[in-house]
Amino acid sequence: MEGCVATELRLGLPGTDNVRNKKRPLQEADEECGANGKSDAQDETAPPAKAQIVGWPPIRSYRKKNIQAKKNDSEGPGIYIKVGMDGAPYLRKIDLKVYSGYPDLLQALENMFKFTIGKYSEREGYKGSDYAPTYEDKDGDWMLVGDDPWEMFITSCKRLRIMKGSEARGLGCGV
Amino acid sequence: MQKKTAYSFPDEILEHVFSFIHSGKDRNAASVVCKSWYEIERWCRRKIFVGNCYAVSPTMVIRRFPDIRSIELKGKPHFADFNLVPDGWGGYVLPWISEMAGAYPWLEEIRLKRMVVTDESLELVAKSFTNLQVLVLFSCEGFSTDGLAAIAASCKNLRELDLRDSEVDDLSGHWLNHFPDTYTSLVSLNISCLGSDDVSFSALERLVGRCPNLRRLLLNREVPLDKIANLLSRAPQLIEFGTGTYAAELRSDVYSNLAEAFCNCKELKCLSGFWDAVPAYLPVIYSVCSRLTSLNLSYAPIQNPDLTKLVSQCPSLQRMLVLDYIEDSGLEVLASSCKDLQELRVFPSDPFGEEPNVSLTEKGLVAVSSGCPKLQSVLYFCRQMSNAALVTIAQNCPNFTRFRLCLLDPKIADYRTLQPLDVGFGAIVEHCKDLRRLSLSGLLTDRVFEYIGMHAKKLEMLSVAFAGESDLALHHVLSGCESLRKLEIMNCPFGDKALLANAAKLETMRSLWMSSCSVSLGACKMLGQKMPRLNIEVMDEKGPPDSRAESDPVDKLYIYRSVAGPRFDMPPFVWTMDEDFASELS
Repeated sequence: MEGCVATELRLGLPGTDNVRNKKRPLQEADEECGANGKSDAQDETAPPAKAQIVGWPPIRSYRKKNIQAKKNDSEGPGIYIKVGMDGAPYLRKIDLKVYSGYPDLLQALENMFKFTIGKYSEREGYKGSDYAPTYEDKDGDWMLVGDDPWEMFITSCKRLRIMKGSEARGLGCGV
Repeated sequence: MQKKTAYSFPDEILEHVFSFIHSGKDRNAASVVCKSWYEIERWCRRKIFVGNCYAVSPTMVIRRFPDIRSIELKGKPHFADFNLVPDGWGGYVLPWISEMAGAYPWLEEIRLKRMVVTDESLELVAKSFTNLQVLVLFSCEGFSTDGLAAIAASCKNLRELDLRDSEVDDLSGHWLNHFPDTYTSLVSLNISCLGSDDVSFSALERLVGRCPNLRRLLLNREVPLDKIANLLSRAPQLIEFGTGTYAAELRSDVYSNLAEAFCNCKELKCLSGFWDAVPAYLPVIYSVCSRLTSLNLSYAPIQNPDLTKLVSQCPSLQRMLVLDYIEDSGLEVLASSCKDLQELRVFPSDPFGEEPNVSLTEKGLVAVSSGCPKLQSVLYFCRQMSNAALVTIAQNCPNFTRFRLCLLDPKIADYRTLQPLDVGFGAIVEHCKDLRRLSLSGLLTDRVFEYIGMHAKKLEMLSVAFAGESDLALHHVLSGCESLRKLEIMNCPFGDKALLANAAKLETMRSLWMSSCSVSLGACKMLGQKMPRLNIEVMDEKGPPDSRAESDPVDKLYIYRSVAGPRFDMPPFVWTMDEDFASELS
């Protein structure tokens, strides 16, 4: 099964998982076909019997977004943020809501950009690699990923950047 | 015989007379009386409305009207609001701005609706129109906070900045900081559509504090509730206010500050916002309620009894927007408390749910129609309707100018008789002689269109979905509705015959939209050949029309009259059926 997936033709950088529009990529295989995926129009589990018609009911997208966000926060629209890595030709976008926590997120980043993040410790940051995941918070400051509780992180994270090299090592080792 | 007749006035007098004529329609009428009136009128026209930006070119407008100070432009078709128009379709404002930059340096007002506005366009606006006072971007997209920063920095005379329902790219936004400290002329600011990064709250506070004429302030969702009191205390002269998120932990200091702040806004008449509203904080606006003429709770998840209690405190309401949490019971209270109500909009809280989550039916609307004699404009989403109810509503409200009913299940019949809703809508058009706008839904046959064609003589805009059985339906509308300007149809079995038989009618209208109907490619080509002053645009994301048979139905069709000829900024999935296209392929 894994071999087939690896050679499958699709858009995106090799090794990427095309995580957009999926709630929990790791759980996909387990889910019954009842929740047959989300339509583009709204992030709600559509009951399989009824097909969503484009343009009906006539509700503006702005309003649809707001209603959904209000209705079920946990299943609402994702938190899409840009992710960049030093040296990569273009940025990617991910939905922070699909990850269960830091390990999940870091694993996905490792897969997406084909690199290895070191082991996190509060004292030393990410030890054991040339890379450090950082994020820009609401105040515009660049912070090391992992210091805050996860829930707090996903609401304050505006964009991610994988720092490389000496800059990164500087962040990790007892600044 | 003298050339100059006794009754011709000198130009200056005529110009002075024209200065009292403001409506575009009247000015248009005056301009066709005779050549000299045309000439005089075009030199002194200051305000222009272009309902379809592709109906005319900027060059033509500038050539005819050399001194415009206020322009309103509309771009995409209305159904773009419901995701029926793919990205890249068009509606770019840049060509207009580029040409006006040179021709109208004294331009004061720009109002755009459903147009693509880039940062480049905004920067050009900022650079070219130093006297800009009003910028309204209604349902626009394509720009970011960088563009807004350019406007803020350069437009010293800006009074009104309104971004309603636009999609703005959030970059790191401290764009509000770009308003210089010397800038104090703000009167109206609507940033309700902006995302979290886009507003620096301290800059907003300072801006509000230094603009004594600020009358209208609509905040975005991210402004927390505990910051509102401070803001309001700096602007007690506000007439219209939109909160940010209306939820917070209940704290007595926040509560009392808010209550006091609202109480001090003695001129506050319109409230909106209320995202995520919690009932605990509703009473802080009670002091304002008796004065409120407009209340928009359509983003507030509040339910009864809190919702009804709030509504019952607002006897002066003229305009009410609310979610269906209000239910029939709440609408009955509205009907008995708000005798000045003119406009009601009830939106669905759970539009895609299979089962109704609230008790909102036709009864609520009947109650309001009965209790509110001034009711003129209705937008109502619900799940069931009956002909009897519609007839009652029509009889209660002969003054309706806008009636839009949306039954969530598109082909649902009268729930009591299982009949189509033809008779009910027929009653609406028959009784409401001033009806200008109508949206149909539910199970409908050709019959309803017969009624519409027969009675809806003042109807200007008609929206139809999943209705009718044959071309006769479309024919009734096109041949009977004398005032029709905009017709938009989705998923109906109409097609060729009605269109071809009424081709000339299409030139009297602004536009016709048909998607997922039965219009064949062949008919489109024929129309394109026959009607050179119409742009027949076929839209199909699956591939070029010539790859399919003549009898195949087109996916989407947009027809509009134009004196500018076919446009050249079309994306790859739009084709114009003009003489060239037709002859190329025959």
